[in-house]
Amino acid sequence: MAGPKNTVAWHRNPLIRGIIAQAVLIAVVVWGITTIYANTVANMEARGIQIGFDFLSEVAPFGIAFSPFIDFNLGESTYLTVFFIGIQNTIIVSILGIIAATILGFAIGIMRLSPNWFISKIATFYIETFRNIPVLLQMMFWNFAIFLPLLPLPRQSLGGGGFFLNNRGVYLPKPVIENASANTAFWLAIAIGIAAMYILHKIALKRQEQTGKTMPGKLVGFGLLAALVALAAMIFGAPFGFSTPVLGTFNLTGGIEIPLPLFSLWFSLTTYTAAFIAENVRGGIEAVTKGQWEAAGALGLSRSNLLNLVVIPQAMRIIVPPTISQYLNLTKNSSLATAIAYEDIVALWTGTSLNQTGQALIIVAMTVVVYELLSLLTSIALNIYNKRVQLVER
Amino acid sequence: MKTGKLIVAAVALFGLSATAASAVTTLDAVKAKGHIQCGVTTGLAGFSAPDDKGVYSGIDADVCYAVAAAVFGDKNKVKFTPLTAKERFTALASGEIDILSRNTTHTLTRDASLGLNFTYYNYIDGQGFMVKKALGVKSVKELDGAKICIQAGTTTELNLADYFRTNSMKFQPVVYDTSIQTREGFDKGACDVLTSDKSQLAAIRTELKDPKSAVILPETISKEPLGPVVRQGDDQWFNIVKWVLFAVINADEMDVSSKNIDDLKAKTTNPNIKRLLGTEGDMGKKLGLSADWAYNAIKQVGNYDEMYTRNVAPLGLSRAGSVNALWSKGGVLYAPPIR
Ligand SMILES: N[C@@H](CCC(=O)N[C@@H](CS)C(=O)NCC(=O)O)C(=O)O
Repeated sequence: MAGPKNTVAWHRNPLIRGIIAQAVLIAVVVWGITTIYANTVANMEARGIQIGFDFLSEVAPFGIAFSPFIDFNLGESTYLTVFFIGIQNTIIVSILGIIAATILGFAIGIMRLSPNWFISKIATFYIETFRNIPVLLQMMFWNFAIFLPLLPLPRQSLGGGGFFLNNRGVYLPKPVIENASANTAFWLAIAIGIAAMYILHKIALKRQEQTGKTMPGKLVGFGLLAALVALAAMIFGAPFGFSTPVLGTFNLTGGIEIPLPLFSLWFSLTTYTAAFIAENVRGGIEAVTKGQWEAAGALGLSRSNLLNLVVIPQAMRIIVPPTISQYLNLTKNSSLATAIAYEDIVALWTGTSLNQTGQALIIVAMTVVVYELLSLLTSIALNIYNKRVQLVER
Repeated sequence: MKTGKLIVAAVALFGLSATAASAVTTLDAVKAKGHIQCGVTTGLAGFSAPDDKGVYSGIDADVCYAVAAAVFGDKNKVKFTPLTAKERFTALASGEIDILSRNTTHTLTRDASLGLNFTYYNYIDGQGFMVKKALGVKSVKELDGAKICIQAGTTTELNLADYFRTNSMKFQPVVYDTSIQTREGFDKGACDVLTSDKSQLAAIRTELKDPKSAVILPETISKEPLGPVVRQGDDQWFNIVKWVLFAVINADEMDVSSKNIDDLKAKTTNPNIKRLLGTEGDMGKKLGLSADWAYNAIKQVGNYDEMYTRNVAPLGLSRAGSVNALWSKGGVLYAPPIR
């Protein structure tokens, strides 16, 4: 069983040497960080500045207006909850912004390449304007100069039928479960419908492979889903009722509120980032060789089919990497939220919490870790996507 | 291994620089650079606000002018650093400024855990509420469900939450970074109410597009003793700032003003005034200053009443009968004797 005798001494083995070198490096880094931390803490305490993690479990002595998914109870919730609410709010505006900026960015990027002179000039104008003005300025402009003064006060809200708009935000009816069995039936119908859609789609694909005939699998599945939902509602009643916003003494209450700061922040991040994404899209599409356009044209494809089926799939692998960094930029730019009173992690955590506790070192470090993690997650998700796009191309 | 060496070097550097700091006293440092760096607001009428030439005025700015006069014999040896509520304590603790004179409330947390020392008070205040007149609100108790504009990093945030909690009322905070954003937010309707210390409400109200569109409600919900702050650990500098403030209050009490001061200095037989003005005793020396430290401060900047009349009275806040009157006139301002 004994293999050929290993004649290399262990300390000459490149693998072992590599491992040792890395271990030493990690040890030095860890030692460095702990030394810096210990030194800083000692120095700060010598100057009378107290440091410690105890505050995390203390009750947060201030109010929070916006927290859709995490409950905040004044007088009960702790600083740790505030931290999570901050993360939540940063993620909410980032995701909403990324979705909208992608759609808008693609639209403008494609407009910019349009053979129509007018459309292409509009896109150019958009890109040049939005890209060259600092985003903080744009935020303040939209919030303080446009939305706040131009939208009406709550008592003069626009809209009706449960949907309202005023300078405090956008208000929608809030679904509330009134009949538990109807609600269960509704979700069950949706689940079955989606499963059916998926299966029908697979069958359709197989059929196409075998016979070459296309069959609208998804469409049929969707019809089935709609029918199931309708049937469930007919038998069990409405799956939920709606609580519509009504005017209280000061504001509209009772519905879903998208507060103006969130709206302004989302709007300005979207319009700003879309300008950059548009340029990525243009660059990506222009990089697809002319031959591809001509070949697709020769096949008689319409412009939208030409773009969707031939050009964009090839352009994607050029568009995606720089767009990832735009997504990260958007997330980081959302930290300017505090200028327009949106409660993101910077406003809640490094703003209010830091000031009320004085725990600058810990709070800033925790915030850095959050942004680091968000960046990492975005990159990982999009890198996976990027790999798939590149494989499909071959 | 290059990175490893770099890290070791970095750590060594950090360790050294962190331990070697703060050997010189603030007074020496201030004298060496030739001016006092004073932390103030980004603009709050009556307290610290720049005019169109960038010259600061206000009762908070006056504290720094008075200290400069006491230290240098020249009130203009001050440079101002505008700070938001959030930035102020870090700016002081890190040594960026020498005095924080920015309508800052004295609280236990700030005094005991931030490495700062509060000297005395140059304005005693309390938190109030300003609402749009059109809402027809007469009392804070009617504010259940309101959106309320406030500034981040203030005691205001905490008092507001306490008050609404105690009274089982709900509110939605709209939290801004700077005073200007908070005012804009209120003026343009992002909130129904603006809350802050009452003196600040008076100042902000004058800057609204239409000051008459807003009213300040009668209630005062907190205690806000405002005064200059210094870094902890430099007792000499702490004493200087504290006693300059005591000197201008004592001057007010003894009716020594910038107008009659030369007269008094030449003629008075009152030993209290003589000690204050440095013609008797060695008060200045004990502080590490020249004998005429208080004379210079009062002569160039005025006594407390002159500061108040010049800066705060125009906001419509009269001193007589308020807590900011001298203890001998029904208020609470009380400076220990200079002897
Ligand atoms: N006295 C309170 C509040 C001080 C405060 O910052 N008030 C605001 C009122 S809006 C202010 O003066 N802001 C001026 C600025 O940010 O420049 C405290 O010490 O926390």
